[in-house]
Amino acid sequence: MSAVQGDIRGGGRRQGELQGRLFSAFLLLSMGVGLVTLGTLIVKVILDGVRLVDPVLLTDSPSADPAFAGAGPAILATIYMGLLLIAFTVPIGVGTAVYLEEYADRNRWYNRALEVNIQNLAAVPSIVYGILGLAFLVRGLGLGRVLLAGAMILTLLVLPTVIIAAREAIRAVPGSIRQGAYALGATRWQVVWRQVLPAATPGIATGSILAVSRAIGETAPLLLVGALTYVAFNPTLLGDFTALPVQIYQWTSRSQAEFRELAAAAIIVLLAILLTLNAFAIWLRNRYGRKW
Amino acid sequence: MTEIETPREAPSVNIGDVSLENVAERQRPSASPEVRDAVFQVKDVTVSYSGNPALTGVSLDIYRNYVTAFIGPSGCGKSTFIRCFNHMNALIPGATIDGTIMYHDQDLYGPEVDAVEVRKRIGMVFQKPNPFPKTIYDNIAFGPRVLGMTDNLAQRVESALQQAALWDEVKDRLKSSALSLSGGQQQRLCIARCLAVEPDVILMDEPASALDPIATTRIEDLMHELKKNYTIVVVTHNMQQAARVADMTAFFSVNQGAEGQRTGILVEYDATPKIFTQPSDKRTEDYVTGRFG
Amino acid sequence: MAAPEITAGAKPAPRLRASRRRYGEDVVKGVLALCALVSVATTVGIVVALFLPAIEFFRTISVVDYLTGTNWTPLFEPASFGVVPLIVGTLSVTLWALLMCIPFGLGAAIYLSEYAGGRTRKILKPALELLAGIPTVVYGFFALTFVTPLFRDLGLGLEVQNALAAGIVMGVMLIPTVASISEDAMSAVPRDLRDGAYALGSTRYQVATRIVVPAAISGIVASFVLAISRAVGETMIVLLAAGQRPNLTFDPRDAIETMTAFIAATGQGDVPIDSIEYKTIFAVGATLFLATLVMNLFSIRLVRKFREVYE
Repeated sequence: MSAVQGDIRGGGRRQGELQGRLFSAFLLLSMGVGLVTLGTLIVKVILDGVRLVDPVLLTDSPSADPAFAGAGPAILATIYMGLLLIAFTVPIGVGTAVYLEEYADRNRWYNRALEVNIQNLAAVPSIVYGILGLAFLVRGLGLGRVLLAGAMILTLLVLPTVIIAAREAIRAVPGSIRQGAYALGATRWQVVWRQVLPAATPGIATGSILAVSRAIGETAPLLLVGALTYVAFNPTLLGDFTALPVQIYQWTSRSQAEFRELAAAAIIVLLAILLTLNAFAIWLRNRYGRKW
Repeated sequence: MTEIETPREAPSVNIGDVSLENVAERQRPSASPEVRDAVFQVKDVTVSYSGNPALTGVSLDIYRNYVTAFIGPSGCGKSTFIRCFNHMNALIPGATIDGTIMYHDQDLYGPEVDAVEVRKRIGMVFQKPNPFPKTIYDNIAFGPRVLGMTDNLAQRVESALQQAALWDEVKDRLKSSALSLSGGQQQRLCIARCLAVEPDVILMDEPASALDPIATTRIEDLMHELKKNYTIVVVTHNMQQAARVADMTAFFSVNQGAEGQRTGILVEYDATPKIFTQPSDKRTEDYVTGRFG
Repeated sequence: MAAPEITAGAKPAPRLRASRRRYGEDVVKGVLALCALVSVATTVGIVVALFLPAIEFFRTISVVDYLTGTNWTPLFEPASFGVVPLIVGTLSVTLWALLMCIPFGLGAAIYLSEYAGGRTRKILKPALELLAGIPTVVYGFFALTFVTPLFRDLGLGLEVQNALAAGIVMGVMLIPTVASISEDAMSAVPRDLRDGAYALGSTRYQVATRIVVPAAISGIVASFVLAISRAVGETMIVLLAAGQRPNLTFDPRDAIETMTAFIAATGQGDVPIDSIEYKTIFAVGATLFLATLVMNLFSIRLVRKFREVYE
């Protein structure tokens, strides 16, 4: 055979082939590390805790005796917290997003600074928000270590994420719809309220639920803002409170094995709540989301 | 029928498939008013984006119940110009306009002129049909609702759809989504949407360029009908279309500046037959005979 | 020709002024701007909450002593305020975290971007995102009750709380962070670059390592910086699994205390306000905030840069 017709079977690339094979193995290992850890974690938690997931866990209060301890107040508080979070973050977050996307002049320095500020806030460690709450709400405003303070601080924590998600949803609405509405004589607010927001609602809802579900799993800020680790009664807005992640933390820190098992059981409950929320958000996106 | 003189031998000024006789006939199926009543008087208008002029020194008059076409190569500022008439350039940050546009003897860009009032009277249909993601009924009703014209809403909707020649096709499914209509139907929906607020003028920015030939013909027929009651200005890159529908035609072109910057200018503006058969400017002649553009 | 009937065209001279000034629009814009100001107020609040008490703290304790002292015993008699043990603790854990998340995160990103087919990607990418969705307290539990005993059973002489287990688990938690931003950066690289290389006979390995990764490098580096920032700011994993004992050592088998764990432990307790111990919370908090701020700003700029290049 002449050199031009050549052998295309590629027998001579031995070294490159080995390199390529090793590399692929490494890549698969990379994916594997994460997935195996995830699997191990879930299995471990279930094995440790599943026998304790029962009505006692779900409704009773914590107690020094693990046989009678439950996470009822903590679960309730977490649910309240979630509802409060949605009520606080959605109006403020969507309002900010609408301002930035529809009203703000991009050429002004203060509007650009606003955008950078929000991106930065999204990356501030969560414990710093706890310090913020400690200084202003608990001690400063004298609110004390109450559920409302926890909800307010988690609102600030999760607000940048909601703003970013809402902006994406708003941006996804095509400009042609806005142009058509303006051309008919609608004012800016009419365009936003009657065209843009209705069209962006599925995206905003999905983004908000995902953001809030992240906040529900947060522990550090709540520790600082006063989630006590031993609360035996149901939570009210302005009373002492705890939350499910905090309860988990408290039980994990105890050295007795029974408390560790309780912690695992509580983790199962927490993960179940988060899974439900996330599944709901994704269902929303698939059912109502529009591909422009 | 006015006679059309051809200064040269017959076929030398031909626009594609459309021969002169056809132009003459289609030109006068519905008579345009003898009296030219200026709705817009444009004087020396220049439009700039962030200081860079896109279109300079345009002066012309738009007449009532005429169809006026803007033709020219791409980038010559036709769309920019038509968007001046309903303040749509105001939505682009950095867009400025110099010169004056008089609308029924009122300065369109005077102090305290409200964009909403302007757009109430001067409507626009866009190149790509842009129905709202709502029902057909809500699409048409949107304009009247935001402008507070909510009396007899159902009748307004029906009247608008009738005028846009769409009523018969959708009257049984007003509550279905507007996005389920075909491209041509969607564009007629957008026209009906525009008509529902009872405008004075309808601006059309390449309304048929995204449509198939049959839908295009329906839009052109619609323009002939609508001009009885409205003043129509249409931007088109299709010369034959201008020849078919327009009473007056304005030819825009691109001027290359000393440093290479391109700005749009108005080259010639006259009755359509004249533009296509006896253009005064050589650039016009080059364009309509297909030598460039 | 008879003049046609002119109906809608002949309107009386139009009044182009609005009948009344549209105050509603201004009110709306004001309300929306107020919403936007909440985020500004948050930043101002954080700065005030951290730096006012921190400045008071540094009136008593010199900054130099703070930054160079190797003894952190604020609650003892005599108290000592050298923050170095906390910083070393933080760095020790972060180091192990990066050893996990950088190679494996980048590997996962390359796999998803260059190797995985459409269907595989659809399953594996969300699975990886699940890792990011698990609350950190659950990771802390896992590190304390599974990883440490496992390593001890394997013969590594670890204390009950140690930097290694916490660091490794934190690293796995951060794999999705590195992977998703790096993958974004890699998918932004235009197809043409890859196609050109493939057309010349390159293997997937060569295209990935010689073409795509260098082209996406600013986004990839941004993901690393963000991972470092997150590792430094993480609280629950280290609080549970790394310890609460300030310890000036890089030995991963020992218990240590990070800046975040110190803040969490002290902030929970009832330390009297205006005491020097109370103010340590803010001094350490300010240090933490500044460190992560610098990294975050750097990372944001890098992300902007890679988005600009290709958009």
